Amino acid sequence: MTIFAKPEQEAPSTETLDSPTNRRPQRRPRANTAAWVAYAVLITIAAIYIMPFLIQISTSFKTDAEAAANPVSLVRQTWTTEAYRELFLNSDFPTWFKNSIIVTVLVTLGRVFLASLAGYALARLRFRGRGVIFAALIGVMAVPGVVLMIPKFLVINQIGIYDSYTGMIIPLLTDAAGVFIMKNFFESIPPSVEEQARIDGAGLFRVFWSIVLPMARPALITIIILSFQGSWNELGHFIVATQDPLLTTLTKGVAGLASGQLSSGSQYPIKLAAAAIMTIPVAVMFFIFQKRIMNTSDGAVKE
Amino acid sequence: MHATTKRSRRSGIRRDETASGWLFAAPMLILLAVFLVVPVLMALWVSFSDWAGRGSPFSGDVHFVGFKNYQALLAGGGLAEQDFGTALRNNAWYVVLVVPLQTAVSLFLAVLVNRAILRGRGVFRTVFYFPSVTSSVAMTVVWLFLFSASGAVNTVLSWVGVNGPNWFNDSTGIFHNLLAAFGVSHGPEFLTGGELLGVSWWGWLSGPSVAMSAFILMAVFTTSGTFMLLFIAALQNLAGDITEAAIMDGANGWQRFWRITIPQLRPTLFTVLTLGLIGCWQVFDQVYAGTEGAPGKTTLTPAYLSYSTAFNNQQWGQGAAIAFILFVIIVVFTVLQRWILRERAVSKRHIRLYQGPRPSEEGANTETLAARRETTIKSREPRP
Repeated sequence: MTIFAKPEQEAPSTETLDSPTNRRPQRRPRANTAAWVAYAVLITIAAIYIMPFLIQISTSFKTDAEAAANPVSLVRQTWTTEAYRELFLNSDFPTWFKNSIIVTVLVTLGRVFLASLAGYALARLRFRGRGVIFAALIGVMAVPGVVLMIPKFLVINQIGIYDSYTGMIIPLLTDAAGVFIMKNFFESIPPSVEEQARIDGAGLFRVFWSIVLPMARPALITIIILSFQGSWNELGHFIVATQDPLLTTLTKGVAGLASGQLSSGSQYPIKLAAAAIMTIPVAVMFFIFQKRIMNTSDGAVKE
Repeated sequence: MHATTKRSRRSGIRRDETASGWLFAAPMLILLAVFLVVPVLMALWVSFSDWAGRGSPFSGDVHFVGFKNYQALLAGGGLAEQDFGTALRNNAWYVVLVVPLQTAVSLFLAVLVNRAILRGRGVFRTVFYFPSVTSSVAMTVVWLFLFSASGAVNTVLSWVGVNGPNWFNDSTGIFHNLLAAFGVSHGPEFLTGGELLGVSWWGWLSGPSVAMSAFILMAVFTTSGTFMLLFIAALQNLAGDITEAAIMDGANGWQRFWRITIPQLRPTLFTVLTLGLIGCWQVFDQVYAGTEGAPGKTTLTPAYLSYSTAFNNQQWGQGAAIAFILFVIIVVFTVLQRWILRERAVSKRHIRLYQGPRPSEEGANTETLAARRETTIKSREPRP
């Protein structure tokens, strides 16, 4: 519940002075009425957007019978943690959670390193074939992910990494969009600092590692957020890369729960509890980097 | 470092950059080649072969079968064609409804949230964006509960006296239901007679099933936050002077929105529509986690059909063929959309709207600033 209990806070962008709406004459009474109408509409929509999550959390603490009888009520008559106990003590849920964490952490670290390395090469180094690489990246980005499910399985199977952490992690490291974001960022910072270091005799990798990367923190955080969210929520790849129950991730496991492959009856509290827990890490990530996320589109697109 | 000698005429700092450049980019390039380019080529081969999932697709007993897999889907006359047609129908309606809805909702939210006089904008942005970061699987679980027969949505509907449908078990198309309300329960002869991809014309016009509609609502719910952020970023970058000029000219808020704001948001609208279109053709997670195509195959999508054909029915050639057809569909739609929304010269009729009764070019000084922008476009056109 705590995730929604944040106090009101101003967005960082409120201070943008050249925003057109700021200069609107505000003394008119009509503007005031309009503001109240806008408020009312916003609060109504916000309530609709929050309700599913409130109902989800509330129901996860109900018994099966009460969940069916009172699907809307947020105040439950019987408060039980049965669903959570069942999940953690009598199911594979902890294994799923562990697998998701292993994969997500490794994929995120790998992507940050590889995307910044390649992005730096494309932004700063002058070498033959740069244009070709760039064009290839654009082409690769255009391939829709769902189309790749069967192809990925074929390759994973062919090179013998099916049903292994390797097969779950390595293919997810491909991140053309991340390379783009890093490239754009490196192009936006002046090269003078690095050139100074090069003249002082530092090697290319040394410059990259100890001078460029620390400067690239904002862009790195963007990549971390996108990779974390992307690999934590990934489903298709894990379906085609594994079948071993010991390698099941949260998305795959909970999807199995949802479509009723593993359980009998409706068992909504358990399913909703599982879904709630799998949302927590992304939610924590989201609230830590909230300001950053809200400006992600800026950071990524601006030259 | 072979390039060092060759490029020694360049400055000292730039010496060894060819080798380093390739070295830096190599890991990601190799990964992209091995897990994107090679797989696509392999799948292309599989889509033209009779591989049944055993052994390597390159072994001797796998044969080239030409367009057989594609033919079974597009003109086979059997179940494969019918399933594929149904999946396309379902997904097409999904696209037709989700893309405009998510664009409109996200733009609406962005405009509301972006009002400068509003306090607590951060909270609203957070609330609207949060569904976008949650996993689609978790969202599907919640949705299955909310839209169950005696679930929250139907309970709320019953408060206002509406007897809600049995959402995820209702396979009837919403447009068919609408027509049935007017007493039309059978299609006319010319629609029920002909068929495309194993689905009658009447079937194509059914609209999304009630079950699919629940997924459509979910898509709008989970994507509007992301697109809202794109629109907010664009709104904050708008130049104020044109809006000011419009205020001076006495344009009201509604006119300013349609005539000033929307034209300036064009690039962002373009991005949102493109991303929406591409995303909407890839419905998979919800179907896998939620309905597996049920009820009555009305939530079946090409993406899920491709998966289940290959992995569940072991018809790998056909599954891969579906994936490639889907790829072509996405590319065609994206190109088509680019073409439809391309920057066009303003038509003569449109210019007259701005110029008023006087067709003379000296009329420019009475025009609004916005119209002046349009006339600059016009002046580039050849004059009669």
